Amino acid sequence: MAEQQLALRVEDVTKRFPGVLANNDINFDLEKGEIHALLGENGAGKTTLMNIIYGLYKPDDGKITINGEEVVLHDPNDAIRRGIGMVHQHFMLVPVMTVTENVMLGNEKTTTNFLHMLAPLDRKRIAREITQLADQHNLKVDPSAYVRDLPVGTQQRVEIIKALHRGAEILILDEPTAVLTPQEADELFDIMRSLTQKGKSIIFITHKLKEVLAIADRITVLRGGQVVGSAIPSETSEHELASMMVGRDVLLEVEKSEAMPGDVVLDVTDLIAEDDLGHQVVRGVSFEVRAGEILGVAGVQGNGQREMVEALTGLRRAVGGHITLLGENITRSQPRHITDIGSAHVPEDRHKHGLVLPFTVADNLVLNAYHVEPFSKQFFVNRAAIDANADRLVQEFDVRTPSIETPASSLSGGNQQKTIVARELSHATVKLLIVNQPTRGLDVGSIEFIHKRIVQARDNGVAVLLISAELDEIMGLADRIAVMYSGRIVATVPAEGADRNRLGLLMAGAEVSSEINTLM
Amino acid sequence: MMDEKFFIGLLALAFVKATPITLGALTGIYSERSGIINIGIEGTMLVAAFTSFIVSVVSQNLWVGLLGGMLAGGLVSLLLAVLSIRYKVNQIIAGMVINLLAIGVTNYATRVYIDTSGIAGIGVLPKWRIPLLMDIPILGPILFQHQPLVYFMFGLVVLTHYVMFYTPWGLRTRAVGEHPRAADTVGIPVNPMRYASTVIGGLIAGMAGSFLVVEAVGSFQKMMTTGRGFIALAVMIFGRWNPFGALVAALLFGFAEALGVRLQLGDINNIQALVYLTGLGMLLGGTIQMITDFVKKKETRSKIIAGMVAITGLIAAILGQTLTFPPTVIPFQFLGILPYVLTILVLTGMVRGAAAPAAEGVVYEKQ
Repeated sequence: MAEQQLALRVEDVTKRFPGVLANNDINFDLEKGEIHALLGENGAGKTTLMNIIYGLYKPDDGKITINGEEVVLHDPNDAIRRGIGMVHQHFMLVPVMTVTENVMLGNEKTTTNFLHMLAPLDRKRIAREITQLADQHNLKVDPSAYVRDLPVGTQQRVEIIKALHRGAEILILDEPTAVLTPQEADELFDIMRSLTQKGKSIIFITHKLKEVLAIADRITVLRGGQVVGSAIPSETSEHELASMMVGRDVLLEVEKSEAMPGDVVLDVTDLIAEDDLGHQVVRGVSFEVRAGEILGVAGVQGNGQREMVEALTGLRRAVGGHITLLGENITRSQPRHITDIGSAHVPEDRHKHGLVLPFTVADNLVLNAYHVEPFSKQFFVNRAAIDANADRLVQEFDVRTPSIETPASSLSGGNQQKTIVARELSHATVKLLIVNQPTRGLDVGSIEFIHKRIVQARDNGVAVLLISAELDEIMGLADRIAVMYSGRIVATVPAEGADRNRLGLLMAGAEVSSEINTLM
Repeated sequence: MMDEKFFIGLLALAFVKATPITLGALTGIYSERSGIINIGIEGTMLVAAFTSFIVSVVSQNLWVGLLGGMLAGGLVSLLLAVLSIRYKVNQIIAGMVINLLAIGVTNYATRVYIDTSGIAGIGVLPKWRIPLLMDIPILGPILFQHQPLVYFMFGLVVLTHYVMFYTPWGLRTRAVGEHPRAADTVGIPVNPMRYASTVIGGLIAGMAGSFLVVEAVGSFQKMMTTGRGFIALAVMIFGRWNPFGALVAALLFGFAEALGVRLQLGDINNIQALVYLTGLGMLLGGTIQMITDFVKKKETRSKIIAGMVAITGLIAAILGQTLTFPPTVIPFQFLGILPYVLTILVLTGMVRGAAAPAAEGVVYEKQ
């Protein structure tokens, strides 16, 4: 192809961090008007490469060409000037400011003289420009709205407008669908297509295989800091891409047999809970989970899932309703009592609530049982028992750690999560397992392992409550699916034959139609 | 005795007393809006007061003294910024270090150099009576017959409001204090902005400290800031990190302090004055709260509470005006407590839900 058609070309780029070769001799190019997907697991080097292109890191070696001109990017300003725009995975928007203020930030266009920092802001002009861009690219947004009041899908549009307003010709979208419902993701894909039709080029970073096949023109796969392959969607498959990403054959579908539901283990009626600000965010939730089944709670983050789980585990006081675990009313019980009865909890935020990061792996593995024999005798902890326990669990749950004395903070996300799962499932009396977003941000290998363990627990007669924002995860694992929206369970359906589209609509708050009611 | 003259004198004095507090609060607004917690305002003011005294004596010019005090304030704040940003010291501790350092250094220097040599001050800045405006009945004597720094304070409140909310500089400063990484990704230099904002705040704290010497007292006394820097912090929070909010809050404190001073003259029945003025305050506060409740369509309970406060205030004010009170003189030490009591009440009761800049106190590190 002709050199002029390339929007961006990265040649032989290498970047070393102390002890890690993050990017090893990477070659990558982007044609004008193309969507080029960059696929890879966490730690594959995607983010490093993008930070190099965006001017945040300097490569140790190699060169970057933009529109046929070789460039050296010192900081993001350089990259922005050359027409590169980035939509970060975690939005770079100031919540207490309006859309206009966020778009103009750093690019206020007041005057060009030396007083430009103290000249009056022209909010009206920028708002007009935003409306223009929005009309042009089909990105509906109200310039005077405060960002904190906008749904995530709209916030993402603001990020895209922000980049376009700075004159971006090349857009880097970093895991853009991670926070979206399936419908919002489809809308985003429409926007991406319309952008490329108007001549913009897009680098689409993701680890979701379905999306890559749906939207990309070309695919480049990274693993261990190297390009391990590239493909065209029409000539490849999910399975092939997954194997390329992981470097071995992987099972994408969880193998599981028919569920054999037993007695009711957890019974929740009309549960009401408030968030930290006193807003009612769980508004009368009722469900039950039986031994030997997985109830999946699907829903976009922030619809009350966190508060519900905290109420179920005793970490938050329920304002109303009843929670019964194995016949005992635990609505007002202490977390330790709930744990002792037989509840295990894999929390949403593994750093904040799952682990004590500075503690060793061995100590983290007994956080739920250090106070009972054999780990404690009279006033003292029994190191020997704790270490023996750690040795056994590290082996059994395949936690890759240099030693059991390593602090949990230095493990990878996948191994941290395995540590938590090992601790929770090894507890003597576990009858109920509550797992909240168990595989968020994990690599395919760890996901596979954790999914297997969850199904195994179910097969051993544990009642499993799985909360996840990933619809694929819910559909793959659950026996029954409950959809949570705005603090309520809006529908419960058997996983067998559940319709992906309809679930997505429910997650987005579409009215519960009579059809779905009959499905129940 | 509580006639027009009494109120004019009291309100004029309230503006004077509110001046260093407002300036201190502006200091806090500059540094905290950029993400640096500044509890060293007290110490910064103290060092500035000391410096302005020495400089004014040496130069025999109060304006040069003011300039010296401001520069000293800027330097002390630079120290806070370096500790917080360059050395990543916990910002509460860094501020406390500055407060303790300021007390130690100024006390020592005063004892060794000023007490022994008996240096005297060179007076205070004269009042600027604004022609025409000073003749307006009631408002004239309250607002337009002050020393220069009182006017400067008003000017700085307006200027700060403009800079913070209507210029790129302010937009960037606030972005740095709310979400530094977002600011960084659009090319705003986070830490330089924080240095600049903290030092600008320091210059203003310098003015607040100098005020005590070049306008209020005329000489330096040990620990002469007497907690005004901390009251300024309360005022900043009460005013929700907004310059005009801070000004209104500072006037409340200034009024309390002025009242304490005024009652010490002994020509007015202390208890009667307190009952009457508290009543007026409750009437005013309750009415304003009720109006905002109606405008913002708050729940009925809130409206009723506000209304009850207003009515109680009205009754108290009427009683204060009509009843005869025993001629008790409250010891002046107790009257002096008023602003501090008010600080405690404000900080415990009224600041709940106040939204501080989100990234306040968090060191920014590039990934």
